[in-house]
Amino acid sequence: MKKYVGNQTVKFASPPSITAAAAIVGPKEGEGPLRNCFDFISPDVHFGMDSWEKAESEMVRQTVHLAVKKSGIPIEEIRYMFAGDLLNQIAGSTFGMRSFGRPFFGLFGACSAIGEGMALGAMLLDGGFANHVAVNASSHYCSAEKTFRLPLELGTQRAPTAGWTVTGSGAVVLSAEGNGPYVTAATTGAITDMGITDANNMGAAMAPAAAAVLAAHFKDMQRTPGYYDAIITGDLGKIGTTLLHTLMDEEKFSIHDRHNDCGLLMYDCEAQDVHAGGSGCGCAASVFAAHLLEELRSGAIKRLLFIPTGALHSVATLQQGESMPAIAHAVAVEV
Amino acid sequence: MDKQKYAKLVKESSPGSNVAVNCLRAFFVGGTICLMGQIFKNALLAANMQQDDASLVTAMILIVIAVLFTGVGLYSKLGSFAGAGSVVPITGFANAITAPAIEFKKEGLVMGVGAKMFLVAGPVLVYGTMASVIVGLFYYFLGGR
Repeated sequence: MKKYVGNQTVKFASPPSITAAAAIVGPKEGEGPLRNCFDFISPDVHFGMDSWEKAESEMVRQTVHLAVKKSGIPIEEIRYMFAGDLLNQIAGSTFGMRSFGRPFFGLFGACSAIGEGMALGAMLLDGGFANHVAVNASSHYCSAEKTFRLPLELGTQRAPTAGWTVTGSGAVVLSAEGNGPYVTAATTGAITDMGITDANNMGAAMAPAAAAVLAAHFKDMQRTPGYYDAIITGDLGKIGTTLLHTLMDEEKFSIHDRHNDCGLLMYDCEAQDVHAGGSGCGCAASVFAAHLLEELRSGAIKRLLFIPTGALHSVATLQQGESMPAIAHAVAVEV
Repeated sequence: MDKQKYAKLVKESSPGSNVAVNCLRAFFVGGTICLMGQIFKNALLAANMQQDDASLVTAMILIVIAVLFTGVGLYSKLGSFAGAGSVVPITGFANAITAPAIEFKKEGLVMGVGAKMFLVAGPVLVYGTMASVIVGLFYYFLGGR
């Protein structure tokens, strides 16, 4: 049976159910507007470890462990695990997942990882290749700064357009059968590059990717933005959000009235001095696991289009003067 | 939308830094650091130290203070407030060497601290030394008495 529709979308015949989710964040995220939604707020950015890389791995391990525990499914019945993060060789994910002993797919889609994992996991479930899968995405402010930017203790000013990498991890357990909410469709984004070279303005690099995948999703599914109660992007931040609205207006799919961004939901941008808003794989993942899923479960949102966004540059490509390619994946979740 | 049109839109949508406020903060913090240096130097001169030695010891005191501030996580806070005010003085240079040394300590004393210590300050040293050689050559051939 054919399950793909249009140009780049999969419409699931038996929509997989989100059985459980967990979100663990750092202290700064725990001071934000979603402080009451997370499963655990670590008072310590080190997560009891002695390096930032180990801290991120430990956060990943705890989050996945908790999500699986909440699902009530024995870990040996989780057929596949997916995880992604921002570190070189996705070390946060691989070291975090190594103790589980379950089949593992490592993902790199930068901050779009949770969307990539949910789409792939749902395809495996709907295809009959698994009955349960777990997906995680994480980022850690300190390990990300070390990987991509400057040492933490260097006394410099951040650009007003820069985002703040979320210290957080979000995991979801998807099952072939369950009581929902259900992953009903997924549109895989193509790599989009509009020539942005400013690594301090990633929202601007990612907004065109989000716009492209949104337009593709609406066309493939023959829907309008009005079909969804909420359209939530991953980490576009303030500038990316403004740009996305303009780009969507051009595509004749206006989303102003129902769009928000996980990067803007995570922090109180002014009070917490995070400039453009939250970013990082853990931003979309933890906001989805802690907040959006609860909105779906409570009925506040019935149809959600979730679009994690990622900038796919590396330090080397930036230093060589390359622009920043970006990607976004749209995942439709309905009750 | 083409790339040029998008670049224009991005420029319009992206807020710039508040130059006036940043300049004022840099002026006062940078000025305060320099004033501290002058106070140390005057005190050393008053204690009968030679002019050259006093300058050297003043720089050393400022460096030690900056390193300590970096170690306890205060220099980055000062830097995010003061910008160039705390980057330009000698204390900024001390911070630029200490910060990577702390950051890469976990990778060991050789490949971590040793190799990465000059991650930020390295280019300044390389091109600063090069520039001084070039200026020295000009001075030797053209400016000498």
